[in-house]
Amino acid sequence: MAREVISTGNELAAKAAIEAGARFFGGYPITPSSEVMHVASDLLPAVGGVAIQMEDEIAGISSAIGASATGVKSFTATSGPGISLKAEQIGLAFIAEIPLVIINVMRGGPSTGLPTRVSQADIGQAQYPTHGDYASITLCAGSLSECYTQTVRAFNLAEKYMTPVFMLLDETIGHMHGKADLPDIEAIEASIVDREKFHGDPADYKPYDVPMNKPAILNPMFEGYKYHVTGLHHGTEGFPTEDAQQCEFNIERLVGKINTIHLENNGLDDLPDYEEVDLDDADICIIAYGSIALGAYEAVKKLRSEGIKAGLFRPIMLWPSPIKRLEELGRQFENRIMITELNMGQYSREIERVIKRNDFTTLLKANGRPIAPAEMVAKVKEMM
Amino acid sequence: MAFNYDKYLRVNKMPTLWCWGCGDGVILKATIRAIEKMGWDMKDVCVVSGIGCSGRFSSYIDCNTVHTTHGRTVAYATGIKLAKPHAHVIVVAGDGDGLAIGGNHTIHGCRRNIDLNFILINNFIYGLTNSQTSPTTPRGMWTVSQKNGNIDPTFNASNLAIGAGASFVARESMIDPKKLEKILVKGFSHKGFSFIEVLSNCHINLGRKNKMANAMENLDWIDSITMPLKKWEALEKGPEKENLLPTGVLREVEQEEYCDMYAEVQKAAQGQRAKISQDDFEKKI
Repeated sequence: MAREVISTGNELAAKAAIEAGARFFGGYPITPSSEVMHVASDLLPAVGGVAIQMEDEIAGISSAIGASATGVKSFTATSGPGISLKAEQIGLAFIAEIPLVIINVMRGGPSTGLPTRVSQADIGQAQYPTHGDYASITLCAGSLSECYTQTVRAFNLAEKYMTPVFMLLDETIGHMHGKADLPDIEAIEASIVDREKFHGDPADYKPYDVPMNKPAILNPMFEGYKYHVTGLHHGTEGFPTEDAQQCEFNIERLVGKINTIHLENNGLDDLPDYEEVDLDDADICIIAYGSIALGAYEAVKKLRSEGIKAGLFRPIMLWPSPIKRLEELGRQFENRIMITELNMGQYSREIERVIKRNDFTTLLKANGRPIAPAEMVAKVKEMM
Repeated sequence: MAFNYDKYLRVNKMPTLWCWGCGDGVILKATIRAIEKMGWDMKDVCVVSGIGCSGRFSSYIDCNTVHTTHGRTVAYATGIKLAKPHAHVIVVAGDGDGLAIGGNHTIHGCRRNIDLNFILINNFIYGLTNSQTSPTTPRGMWTVSQKNGNIDPTFNASNLAIGAGASFVARESMIDPKKLEKILVKGFSHKGFSFIEVLSNCHINLGRKNKMANAMENLDWIDSITMPLKKWEALEKGPEKENLLPTGVLREVEQEEYCDMYAEVQKAAQGQRAKISQDDFEKKI
């Protein structure tokens, strides 16, 4: 029995975090994500957790990384300007391999931009939020239900790969109010992933002594396994090093633990990285993600009612991108692909990189307004 | 019997990266002796440090240690302490780390009165990165970023902590390690935010260009600008008093501690008590 709830995207993301096992939230108010903090501060203390409003965005994520380092699942929520401020700490979570879920409810930018209006212009920021080399995992909710299910997934991936994971909502989906079908709590609990632990003699414990492409094993603090966590390059025991071979191994492992596994298995877990609608017999492939995909469903219906066989490809895991499937779509649809997104083509560039052609059509908007189904229909007709 | 530091140190990380004669080593040893006096189990101790010479403090003590980014120590430590309130959390930061880039977190840590033990090592300079001006560098001194002389007014770090609401504020130099150890024990024993400003030398990167090229000269200078609190209080108001930093416990008050208060929030959220109201606090505004 699924659960039926009436809620908003932001509220569902916060609820999901707690049901995924999060017990710490550190954040700072920012439109359009603040409701995540509001709900966290209601729900967390009731289950023995902590939600704290810190003095700034940097402190918000720093407190969450600190809490996660002790072994407590933690998250923060913000919007683009907040990610810009948090960037350096996100880098520490990458290199020290501290799991964390970062919810970004996207608004128009750059800078203060369009605080109350929708955008999908933080896609590139989510891929490379901070300096240095690493590979990031980014999920993007395309419905109210996914604000819940994908947030749970974000926590599971963070724990499995010992890495910060981006959960992207956009202003529209974050503030959308409506019915959502959620999986039963029993199903959610059965799906929970907890970070691996070392159970041997503390004297033998080396948190970063793991093979290539495997995540570090960081035991909870205060349980007798005393170790060092640092943002510096470190050796197997976690202590700073500048050894060239070690540093090279570190970076290859950080990138490889996400990208290599993704390429080998076409996915980081058993859940779908994308959704497809009416693609099997389609002549035209529309690619859209996030709230824009809601309009794309309607555009596909409208086009089909007019005899144009359109279909939709909706990526859910934006990074690493669903490379294998995109390559197939590139071969199948050739130049009959229409990509629509609320930015100047940040994901279109990734698709161009993957399918190795640039003769697709784009429908882009970066003025804080959504893209209407009628605009998509008109754009597809131009392609005919 | 000589004190056994090895029990608390990561001996294989010795020698430290600090310069010969640096005060950081004295502070490290005093901290270890204070931990022993407290009787803390190292399994329950966490040392959080930032960036700068003081940043390496965490890697030498054998406990749960976190070497964070520049200036954010108190924010990381706040998350650690709130997640595990039973832990003994020691934060170590320098004057650049804790007062410049991390000033915001320092004042808000003081304001929240969360039970952290914050050791601010004040050596009046950015030592690690070769002598840039810090918020405590005295005016008129030479720095590599102000080669014509520093014109920036200074922070009085302990006064800043008092103003921000820290319930324990003390200042001591590392010249007398025994005294320092006692102050640290007092700070560690205090429930709430303990701000302990430790004046230290950097004869290499402050001293050499400011007429105190060896450790002893630098320490003499620190000695000349400090005075025990009682003696200092007895001084007449005027320039002499203003140019001296009083040492000892400058503030010690009982105040609601943040983790304790958050436990009340949890009780309220769980229906075990009424919601928190203004009646719960003596100080209302």
